Amino acid sequence: MSKSSNSSVAYVRKTMVDKMPAPNMSKGIVGWMRTNLFSSIGNTILTLISAYVIYVALAGLFSFALGSAIFEGTGGADCRVEGSGACWPYIGDRFDFMIYGFYPESEYWRPDLTFAVGAILLFLLATPRIPGKMISGGLFLVVFPFAAYFLMAGGGFTGLEEVPTEKWGGLMLTLVVAVTGIVASFPIGVLLALGRRSEMPLVKSVCVVFIELWRGVPLITVLFMASVMLPLFLPEGTNFDKLIRALVGVTLFTAAYTAEVVRGGLQAIDKGQYEAADALGMNYFQATLLIILPQALKLVIPGIVNNSISLFKDTTLVSIVGLIDLLGAVKASTATGDWTAPSIPITGYFFAALIFWVFTFTMSRYSQYMEKRLDTGHKN
Amino acid sequence: MQKTLLKVALTAALGLTATASFGASHGGGTLGAVMEKGFIQCGVTAGVRGFSAPDSNNNWSGLEVDFCRALGAAIFDDADAVRYTPLTSTERFAALSSGEIDVLSRTTTWTMTRDTSLGINFVGVMFYDGQGFMVRKADGIGSALELGGASVCIEAGTTTELNAADYFSSNNIEVNTVVFENQDEVLKAYEDGRCDVYTTDSSALAAERLNLEDPSAHVILEQIISKEPLGPSVRQGDDSWFNLNRWVYFLLLNAEELGVTQANVDDMLASDNPAIKRILGVEGTYGDLIGVSNDWGYRIIKALGNYGEMYERHVGPSTDIGIARGVNALWTNGGIQYAPPVR
Repeated sequence: MSKSSNSSVAYVRKTMVDKMPAPNMSKGIVGWMRTNLFSSIGNTILTLISAYVIYVALAGLFSFALGSAIFEGTGGADCRVEGSGACWPYIGDRFDFMIYGFYPESEYWRPDLTFAVGAILLFLLATPRIPGKMISGGLFLVVFPFAAYFLMAGGGFTGLEEVPTEKWGGLMLTLVVAVTGIVASFPIGVLLALGRRSEMPLVKSVCVVFIELWRGVPLITVLFMASVMLPLFLPEGTNFDKLIRALVGVTLFTAAYTAEVVRGGLQAIDKGQYEAADALGMNYFQATLLIILPQALKLVIPGIVNNSISLFKDTTLVSIVGLIDLLGAVKASTATGDWTAPSIPITGYFFAALIFWVFTFTMSRYSQYMEKRLDTGHKN
Repeated sequence: MQKTLLKVALTAALGLTATASFGASHGGGTLGAVMEKGFIQCGVTAGVRGFSAPDSNNNWSGLEVDFCRALGAAIFDDADAVRYTPLTSTERFAALSSGEIDVLSRTTTWTMTRDTSLGINFVGVMFYDGQGFMVRKADGIGSALELGGASVCIEAGTTTELNAADYFSSNNIEVNTVVFENQDEVLKAYEDGRCDVYTTDSSALAAERLNLEDPSAHVILEQIISKEPLGPSVRQGDDSWFNLNRWVYFLLLNAEELGVTQANVDDMLASDNPAIKRILGVEGTYGDLIGVSNDWGYRIIKALGNYGEMYERHVGPSTDIGIARGVNALWTNGGIQYAPPVR
């Protein structure tokens, strides 16, 4: 290198040319836009059309939620303004009802505490860096559901004021149904999936019948059966709590779907894995728990989360059996006091949609994070 | 044996945490069971303005809720000794006949089929509803008979549609009916001017009117073309519970007729009128006849007022929904609410 730089030939450069900055047209935002949005005439037209559509949608949304929205008021009359958007004082005034339903105000700390504890346990369980998964898992899956029930329902030995489940409502009820459905259906679903692949004919046929039966009926039918038909089958005077009936229905329904998702994962595991486990002298349970399930479940994370998100949204169906969930509470609150104006039902639905979106989006992001973390290169 | 097995299986399937309560099978009938558990289980709607809906303190309130509260006042001297089960219209009768609720007070129309074949008995009529018409004030229509040539918005597949067709054909009125799938669409179409008339039950018309841009620009015509008597109902076969419910309802009407109100009930205790003495329990032992304390009438009026006060409070002209008394006035004021005497 140094030799050549000493060359006396006049037209040979002695030093390297400095790197030129990339042309303005191909770097930064402009460059990104040129490659991604305007790379050809067709793409340019598509980009412009899409931008216009997004603009129209967002402008409408922005104007409804903020621009022409009404932020102060004490009744529907304040929101009865020509061309006005969302009526936020209505949400402010009826917020407690949308979150807690008929739950007595002095006892709000009980669901608050329950969900705070649930969130902490879930965080401990869901953050990979934190050790002690067995303990937090056990607490969340076994202890927490019972503790939560007694804390929120009260009565009996707890010494707390009894709050019957008819008084539960709003977002609180939605979370109770969704969390119970998701958490309780998972182990049942895994067992059903394993059972369906079992070589024992009885186990296999029971699982197949169960799965096909529950998957074959719509959730609405299940809920109707639980709430309308079941009381008629039971001996007169024996009543099960309406919420528990709905929870059992939702759980078994979801379990059937989870089972099929998990079975997909089990089928994707190479036969060699089973044979290797056998070769190591493992019995069925060791092989399943240590070799097969960890791989299979990792494969089906997207499917399971998909199920969970769909269940979370399906919880709104409980309103057809008279349980007042978030959507039901929003609807019921439009019949309250002097909150009447054309914009009020729309505001209520907008608010409910926003809450649902926040929850489902969080679930979906978490699943993507877990997928990346657990990725061991099986993806194509 | 098989039945027991079935029961065991069902119980197990439902999980052991389920609470079992005992309704009709209990000794002493529904009243005995209610006394034992200390509250009345009342089936209501999931939110219908004026009839049963959450109030601003997140408690159930409404005309039909007040009926259950009156039962609570009569039995326990506590109008809050009531628990509410929100029900949809499909599950309401099953909830009542299975014993899940003690009384159904949920905008239910009293019809012959329901009264005779569902195993329930209607107690009385809390609200005489019926199909009506809403029109724009600016159109200057004063009667449904002037609707010739108008276009009428109707919800599809309901009795509303049939009632309207019957009414218009029997009066030789030609109208264009515009049919929509659900109530919201009907209201939207009416608001946008797709039709001149909106028809459904008049209590629903009054509630829907509030969701229009300018409610005062619309009027509900006087003509009512169908009978929708809404009232509470109880399980068939428990006559003493039925009697109690029925006489609580009659008491509300009698109190209004005699001018006993929440405000003057204490003064009325000293009244010379024997009829007032009887309903307030100053004279006679009428409470014994229905299995409650003799001052049951006083308790109810003290806690909730008479029927007229309930009506004014929840659906009357001074409320948002603002339905005139009309046929729901007492028989002495030109309405059809009438109660046999307490004697």
